[in-house]
Amino acid sequence: MERTPLYAEHIGLGARITQFAGWEMPLQYRGIIVEHNAVRGAAGLFDVSHMGELLVRGTGAARVVDRLATNDPSHLVAGQAMYTLLCMDDGGTVDDCVVYCRIPGREYLFVVNAANIDADAHWMRAAMAGRSDVELVDLSPETALLSLQGPRSVAILGRLLGLGVPDLATLRSFRFWPEVPWMDIVLMIARTGYTGEDGFEICCASDHAPKLWSALLTAGEPEGLLPCGLGARDTLRLEAALPLYGHELSPTITPLEAGLDRFVAWTDRAGRPRSFLGAEALRRIKAAGVPRRLVGLLPERPRIARAGAVLSVASGQPVGFVTSGTFSPTLGSGIALALARVEEDPLPLWLEVHGRQVSAERVALPFYRRRRTQSS
Amino acid sequence: MEEYPDDRRYTEEHEWIQSENGQQGGVQAVVGITDHAQCALGDIVFVELPAIGSDLHQGEAFGTVESVKSVSDLYAPASGRVVAINAALNEHPEYVNEDPYGRGWMVRIELTAPAELDRLLDAGAYERLVSGS
Repeated sequence: MERTPLYAEHIGLGARITQFAGWEMPLQYRGIIVEHNAVRGAAGLFDVSHMGELLVRGTGAARVVDRLATNDPSHLVAGQAMYTLLCMDDGGTVDDCVVYCRIPGREYLFVVNAANIDADAHWMRAAMAGRSDVELVDLSPETALLSLQGPRSVAILGRLLGLGVPDLATLRSFRFWPEVPWMDIVLMIARTGYTGEDGFEICCASDHAPKLWSALLTAGEPEGLLPCGLGARDTLRLEAALPLYGHELSPTITPLEAGLDRFVAWTDRAGRPRSFLGAEALRRIKAAGVPRRLVGLLPERPRIARAGAVLSVASGQPVGFVTSGTFSPTLGSGIALALARVEEDPLPLWLEVHGRQVSAERVALPFYRRRRTQSS
Repeated sequence: MEEYPDDRRYTEEHEWIQSENGQQGGVQAVVGITDHAQCALGDIVFVELPAIGSDLHQGEAFGTVESVKSVSDLYAPASGRVVAINAALNEHPEYVNEDPYGRGWMVRIELTAPAELDRLLDAGAYERLVSGS
């Protein structure tokens, strides 16, 4: 089991520890619901240092990145990031990640799922084979990543950095500042997240992570900031219908099935077909009709369907299965994502929940959408 | 710190049972889950209890308790007929987290074999069980 540089801080805060992707991570501190509500109403701070940072650099970086990513990173400017999928030749998903353009054409940082760091690196190196103009550097061991999320994030980060709200407003969604000096260290600050709220993800060298963690908690205390564990991270991302690799995405689930079509760039900006890995297979699948899709379900209250629950139509015929299901603190009911062959409204739908059939209502995704403010 | 009052018995599945003399001379007992159980489950959002009049059999599942993260069966610490359920848990499942030995009680049963309680753990034995786990 691996530990992040903040393990001692988590223990000190009374965290309950869980095993996730080979890491001992905080599941919760005070409780999932109170942490979830803090992020929706104020702010929460997550240690996500288990995630991987893979840097692709060199004069050939642009070509390689264009080949790796389903989304089109070639037009990213310095300080811009995008969500993308990485696919196998058959269209199955290797990983989902955010790619940060540090130097256009030359340096791209992929922030990837903890469970996939080695597999991603292996797959990326295979795509680079024979090229001497590009290299892959795994920065994960020396990099810590904190996620500050929620409507009070701007105020908290502003207090930490001595910046006003207007200064931070210039850092728009999916943009990042590569080198922000703070005390005697350098931070990378991105306006990204995984909660459905406004927020920031902040990278620093592992050695300095405890200092940054405590300073953020102190700066956030007057704003209602709470340290948050992976439990709340899961309920927050699920309300926002953000996919989790291993659940909504996998080697046997394509981005099209997961409803992530908008992150598959079929053509470049000049309208020419792109040839990223998996493109041919995905084009075939799209042309033939995507066989199953991710749908949102509300099981009859107060039931909660969990991953693996079978979804059927009234005749009893199974049409899919739940990929993620939990209790939604915001809605006060169960919510579930399911991969299903669902024709136009074959109501009613049924879920098998703990050995019994429970009716389920199909709803539009996401389950929760924040009200946007001008500053974000 | 988790607490285990010594005025009741415990199961290895983390239920407690507290017996008391019933109004008609029979022995009734109140059942709930332990502090250790509520803590391990985390935020409890739904408790499914049997209907009044149901018969419970020692060691068999009689309901479920659902937290944000997981669902668990409840096992009857002793056999008997359900004479009351804690209906407040419908609206306030969090009582189980806040007060597992009090407001978070689950069912009251009329025991059919009170001697079954002798086979359960006392507070000390239960505490050793959970501290060793």
